[in-house]
Amino acid sequence: MAEVLVLVDHVDGAVRKTTSELLTIARRLGEPSAVFIGAGYDRAAAVLAEFGAEKVYTVDDDQVTRYLVAPKAEVLAQLVQQTSPAAVLIPSNTEGKEIAARLSIKTSSGLITDAVDVQAGEGGPVTTQSVFAGSYTVQAKVTQGTPIITVKPNSATPEAVNSSPSTEAVTITLSAAATQAEVTDRKPRERSGRPELNEAAIVVSGGRGTNGDFAAVEAFADSLGAAVGASRAAVDAGWYPHANQVGQTGKQVSPQLYVAAGISGAIQHRAGMQTSKMIVAVNKDEEAPIFELVDFGVVGDLFSVLPQATDAVEKSKG
Amino acid sequence: MKIVVCVKYVPDAQAERTFEQDLTTDRTSVDGLLSELDEYAVEEALKLVEAAEGEVVVLTMGPEQATDAVRKALQMGAHSGVHVLDDAIAGSDAPATSLVLAKAVEKIGGADLVLTGMASTDGTMSVVPAMMAERLGLPQVTMASELGVENGAVTIRRDGDASTETITAQLPALVSVTDQINEPRYPSFKGIMAAKKKPLETWSLADLGVDAGEVGQGAAWTTVESFTARPPREAGQVVQDEGEGGARLAEFLVSKKFV
Ligand SMILES: Cc1cc2nc3c(=O)[nH]c(=O)nc-3n(C[C@H](O)[C@H](O)[C@H](O)COP(=O)(O)OP(=O)(O)OC[C@H]3O[C@@H](n4cnc5c(N)ncnc54)[C@H](O)[C@@H]3O)c2cc1C
Ligand SMILES: Nc1ncnc2c1ncn2[C@@H]1O[C@H](COP(=O)(O)O)[C@@H](O)[C@H]1O
Repeated sequence: MAEVLVLVDHVDGAVRKTTSELLTIARRLGEPSAVFIGAGYDRAAAVLAEFGAEKVYTVDDDQVTRYLVAPKAEVLAQLVQQTSPAAVLIPSNTEGKEIAARLSIKTSSGLITDAVDVQAGEGGPVTTQSVFAGSYTVQAKVTQGTPIITVKPNSATPEAVNSSPSTEAVTITLSAAATQAEVTDRKPRERSGRPELNEAAIVVSGGRGTNGDFAAVEAFADSLGAAVGASRAAVDAGWYPHANQVGQTGKQVSPQLYVAAGISGAIQHRAGMQTSKMIVAVNKDEEAPIFELVDFGVVGDLFSVLPQATDAVEKSKG
Repeated sequence: MKIVVCVKYVPDAQAERTFEQDLTTDRTSVDGLLSELDEYAVEEALKLVEAAEGEVVVLTMGPEQATDAVRKALQMGAHSGVHVLDDAIAGSDAPATSLVLAKAVEKIGGADLVLTGMASTDGTMSVVPAMMAERLGLPQVTMASELGVENGAVTIRRDGDASTETITAQLPALVSVTDQINEPRYPSFKGIMAAKKKPLETWSLADLGVDAGEVGQGAAWTTVESFTARPPREAGQVVQDEGEGGARLAEFLVSKKFV
């Protein structure tokens, strides 16, 4: 069976949940081979084995992480050449899509971004994407080269199947072109202690209706163990960090439950949350377009509805 | 400094309707069919040449009407425009688009910076800039939320998923900008008048030395197998808060096992 390369998403060896999802998907298509770039493999090894990596390629070379994106694409291009994989699976985040873009050109291979499902098909993987702000579902296939697919978070339920992967340290000589854009400073994002927006099962977001006070939104989120999101209006006003923005120019999330409080539901906001499994809104304007999307909505003031809901949730947790 | 800004013409649902009903008015070109996210790239280019000096060339690839996107950028203050127009282009995927744009950047020549938006508002794949950098062999300096040019180098702030990064590269470089970087200007009346006299060239694939067989739907490296409209969401339950809205919300969440 052919290998399927999976680019591991991690921060200093702390593997993100998307990686276990990608490994699970890879098993449908062939033998999962994880590609671990950077330092901290010791911390990552157990997770990669747990989710069924048969092989791990490790690249621990300062040069690769010191320059933006291009070196990682060269690593993958070298591995594609070496292993002729059935597919390359990459997490669908900003960097992942850029790596995939360059790999596509380097290997003259078709690229599909933002897949929400990938299944084995005749003559290669068949992907599912959600397009036009979630109103259509498209099935697509790569017709040239090695299928390169970026996969969104929450696209598969990770299945643990313990394996004992062999590891291979890869050495790479980077081209001059790949070492031009240097990362001269890297400030890790402050951790809020809440789940990551992209990965969370529940997201509670606040908008202009919070009037700058996110306390009720955060308290409700915490009662549900949720991540906190924000509309661009709230971010632009400086009320919440840009990293938490949901929408076309922020994060695209598809949690089990999305709660929008004081958010009108503009098309650009919808683009980031419309594929959520269940949608709930609290808004004092019953005409707000967000109500067209909801499974459950409350027409009311978020400053009274959310605290009451928070109390009730805490009580029923007992 | 010479800056090439790549702008995409995107069919805006509302603007398109007015456009089709009334082809004679140029209201559509004033309203702008330039992808909103590319306005940030145009604005950043204009700020750079205003602070130092230089010229801004706007580049688009697209159908006949894509001229409107270039025109809007010229009205904002760009100096000249190039429109790659060819029947063979229709249906091009991102690799083909990046090929054509890269060839056009080379033909324009002498660019210190190639600026793009962060994503097309119609497709939002966000891959064309990285592909262009790969093809042109230029440093890829993408997703800039802040940008400075000094001593022949460009430095940006990039807000990544896990960290905020500072990226530096020597010019020439390819830079994409986010909607955090600036506040795009509206064309002034003077700008609109001046734009009418600005040079706007139309190039074909032959002008770029690109074979028609390398682009268009037939040359795409991916294919759509099927297409289904999502079943419309079932109308949900909306309740008025009469003092117990929060409690009812909690009940709903408990009933769906979120608590
Ligand atoms: C190129 C581009 C990209 C964009 N990208 C994004 C993006 O990524 N994400 C995004 O979110 N937006 C984005 N936008 C902006 C988008 O168009 C909207 O402007 C934005 O989403 C509005 O945010 P909002 O819903 O918080 O504010 P508003 O539209 O002002 O809505 C506020 C809502 O709060 C309600 N409200 C007020 N007070 C209360 C209260 N006490 N209790 C309950 N409800 C209350 C009001 O009834 C109203 O419905 C983008 C726009 C452009 C042009
Ligand atoms: N047809 C096009 N003409 C000019 N620029 C384009 C075109 N397509 C994409 N771009 C540029 O590439 C950026 C990202 O596009 P995309 O990868 O399609 O999301 C856009 O913001 C534009 O700057």
